[in-house]
Amino acid sequence: MRGFFLRAWHGDLGYSFRTSPVAMAAALIAFICLFCAVFANVVAPHNPFDLATLELSDAFLPPLWLADGNPKYLLGTDDQGRDILSALMFGARISLMVGLASVALSAAVGVTLGLVAGFVGGTLDAFIMRVCDVMLSFPVILIALLIAGVGRALFPDAPSAMVFGVLILSISLTGWVQYARTVRGSTMVERHKEYVQAARLTGVAPLRIMRRHVLPNVLGPVMVLATIQVATAIITEATLSFLGVGAPPNSPSLGTLIQVGNKFLFSGNWWITVFPGLMLVLIALSVNLLGDWLRDALNPRLR
Amino acid sequence: MSLIAPQPMPLVQAHDLTKTFDVSPPWLNRVLEGKPRLQLHAVDGVSFEIERGQTLALVGESGCGKSTVARLLVGLYAPTRGGLVFDGQDVHATLNTPRGQALRRRIQMIFQDPYASLNPRWTVEDIVGEPLREQGLTANPADLHARVADLLQSVGLGAMDMAKYPHQFSGGQRQRISIARALGTEPEFLVCDEPTSALDVSVQAQVLNIMKDLQRARGLTYLFISHNLAVVRHVSDQVGVMYLGRLVELADKQTLFARPRHPYTRMLIDAIPKMRDTGRARTPVSGEVPNPLSPPGGCAFHPRCPHANARCTSERPIIQVFSTGRVACHAVQEGRI
Amino acid sequence: MSLLQVRNLVVEFPGRHGTLRALDDISFNIAPGEILGIVGESGAGKSLTSAAIIGLLDPPGRISGGQVLLEGERIDHLNEMQMRRIRGRRIGAIFQDPLTSLNPLYTVGRQLIETIQTHLPVTAEEARLRAIALLQETGIAAAEQRLGHYPHQFSGGMRQRVVIALALAGEPKLIVADEPTTALDVSIQAQIITLLKSVCKKHGAAVMLITHDMGVIAETCDRVAVIYAGRIAEIGPVHDVINRPSHPYTEGLMAAIPDMTMDRERLNQIDGAMPRLDAIPKGCAFNPRCPRAFDRCRQDRPDLMVSGNTRAACWLHAADVDVMT
Repeated sequence: MRGFFLRAWHGDLGYSFRTSPVAMAAALIAFICLFCAVFANVVAPHNPFDLATLELSDAFLPPLWLADGNPKYLLGTDDQGRDILSALMFGARISLMVGLASVALSAAVGVTLGLVAGFVGGTLDAFIMRVCDVMLSFPVILIALLIAGVGRALFPDAPSAMVFGVLILSISLTGWVQYARTVRGSTMVERHKEYVQAARLTGVAPLRIMRRHVLPNVLGPVMVLATIQVATAIITEATLSFLGVGAPPNSPSLGTLIQVGNKFLFSGNWWITVFPGLMLVLIALSVNLLGDWLRDALNPRLR
Repeated sequence: MSLIAPQPMPLVQAHDLTKTFDVSPPWLNRVLEGKPRLQLHAVDGVSFEIERGQTLALVGESGCGKSTVARLLVGLYAPTRGGLVFDGQDVHATLNTPRGQALRRRIQMIFQDPYASLNPRWTVEDIVGEPLREQGLTANPADLHARVADLLQSVGLGAMDMAKYPHQFSGGQRQRISIARALGTEPEFLVCDEPTSALDVSVQAQVLNIMKDLQRARGLTYLFISHNLAVVRHVSDQVGVMYLGRLVELADKQTLFARPRHPYTRMLIDAIPKMRDTGRARTPVSGEVPNPLSPPGGCAFHPRCPHANARCTSERPIIQVFSTGRVACHAVQEGRI
Repeated sequence: MSLLQVRNLVVEFPGRHGTLRALDDISFNIAPGEILGIVGESGAGKSLTSAAIIGLLDPPGRISGGQVLLEGERIDHLNEMQMRRIRGRRIGAIFQDPLTSLNPLYTVGRQLIETIQTHLPVTAEEARLRAIALLQETGIAAAEQRLGHYPHQFSGGMRQRVVIALALAGEPKLIVADEPTTALDVSIQAQIITLLKSVCKKHGAAVMLITHDMGVIAETCDRVAVIYAGRIAEIGPVHDVINRPSHPYTEGLMAAIPDMTMDRERLNQIDGAMPRLDAIPKGCAFNPRCPRAFDRCRQDRPDLMVSGNTRAACWLHAADVDVMT
């Protein structure tokens, strides 16, 4: 394992990473956010969702560097005395979880469909591509709203696991199309290459060829796409939560926090909505920059 | 009648091999723009035999169908018409049955592009070992490892190359890895699709020498596809010349180069840049290979042929068999050349 | 006076792991109207030579030593704008792939006329007439109609003829042809070689023909330079180099080529492979593969030495070396 990382560090990709200050900064920030999100219960100074620890008298405290700031709550508190910093970490956890899960789902579905469409060709290919076209003609948010909203309406008391499931489903429902198209194109190129023909004439079954020969060679662009789509998924989730059809209120995501804080924006308590917004931007930006770097670093070799 | 042992049946017999591809525009275009259906006659009525241990070379320029013939022979395509018999078995019928696996073991292929014929993500051991694994020829991983090492050594590479990836090798070495992969199942018949066209001259010499050595050592039969007549002259016993999907001449090597009969063969030989006889006057072939989608009527070569007459424009020549080979040409048949 | 003089040209590629020397001290001349062939295997540096001369080296590659003189003036240190005036007008170029040499979006006529007008002070009508004449010269029938056709309406060989016409449009003195027939069928190749020779002789243009095919060299060139690992191994009149090669590499190369005129059991093979740019041996670059290498070959790099009618970079032909055969 150590050998693998050492080789990677000294390889072309590692060199590209080491010489790109943007990539390293973005990676660092993304890592910090991820760390805080994953280990939120350990890292966060307070637990904002444990009602026993809340003190209503601490509500609406501004951030540390303003007057009335309290060092106990670094970024201030909201209307119920919850620490903003801690809420950010727990919120980031939800956002990242939803973002990563929906990307995983849409990548899995998209890559599989793209592989099949590109390899088999013919009517199946045409059908899958037409489905892609149809999916792309609907705005993402609209579809997600529709599904999440309908789900809410039908099952108002659903357990939060199901709510999350519907949320992840609605975001990944449109995301898979990009993967399918990219993979289909690469598959069609690889299918005609001679190593695939060599496998065919040896008698290897088509499914095995797809899985063992073609798939490893078409995953390059998928990695880049997935990285960039994580940011998109997080923002989509935030939008849905802002609109009220996203994460359930007892496990708020960054979007929910923004929406909740929105009410107090003009009464002067700006920090309740601005900090979750900044956190969202930070995560999305660092992931996007990482994806950009990856695409450029992989590009000359893909050619 | 002298007592001659009966001739063994040729190992490979192709009879009237034909492959047509449907390259019509999509249905919508055909309806809206009134475009007709389009057929590509990639291979049209090709027949030949290859004796065991011999090499038949197929020569031609782009669009002549030689690569399609190669793929028909290994079962990558099914013929539209005609058939292929290998050691007495009908190839395409057998390939679709359970006995097909045994047949696949005996026929293998080497490809033209050393960069595309090896999976860039697999190690050399996996690549060379794949046919062995697929055919279930090895008992366990250690056995496979040993056999792959043997195969690599037989083509002049080493056992330590097994863990490397294709991009760490040069073009000539990759082609040798391809040969090692093809030899894994101990085939009797190797179809080689322009195996040295992408290689430098000195590397080509190495690969051709290896192929000849292997043929002698293992009694292999080759179908060697190339556009390079000089290479063909070096490796083949018999040569077949193809033009626009049809076999125009087939003869043993000496005869073809000394006394080519078909006008296209003559011009092809003449067109090759010669290293030592450069002062001679020659007329290069006029015109270009026509679009295979709309071949000329009658004899496909007639627009470029200096001996074409009216019959050549309308009637397709049939193959005439001579003692030294076969030719499909009206002028030869009529004794005009 | 020589038309083109290349003196001690050095091309380097600074990279992550150090600087790679792709061309190491290359020198040759081309006389006006002469056809010089540059032959070598992949990676030897033939295309780099042409790229360096016409100023089209891909960065980070750069000319780090030596000079290139066109009609007595240095052109290796010119900036892009100055090079652009030379390209087309004084040096024409023909590349390997006729598909990508022509812009698919413009008609052939437009590309020709544009090139002519860029380099010659003629009116549009004159340019058009010249374009038609060029197309006719390069063997394209119905030239006037074909002016309005797009590249995709021409076949491969026809396209290469158009590229030749384009190269000649500015009436250059030197044409650099980089593997002009490699992508073509054998019969078309013969046509294009014949055409190149006749048309260049007619226009009085010298040609630098780069290829890996010795047969093409034999049919086309007056002189040939054999390149190995970024250095010239041998240079001289074509028939002398081919029939009486002095350098062991040239000898090995000629023996490795399958011959149309005779049958051989085995082709001569040169064991090993051309060294990679970062692992060029000390002394003569060919010494590890040379059947006649001796001590000096492994220590000192040989300059081009006279041997018969050719010059070879080989210690076997040094005047002071006493070689026992």
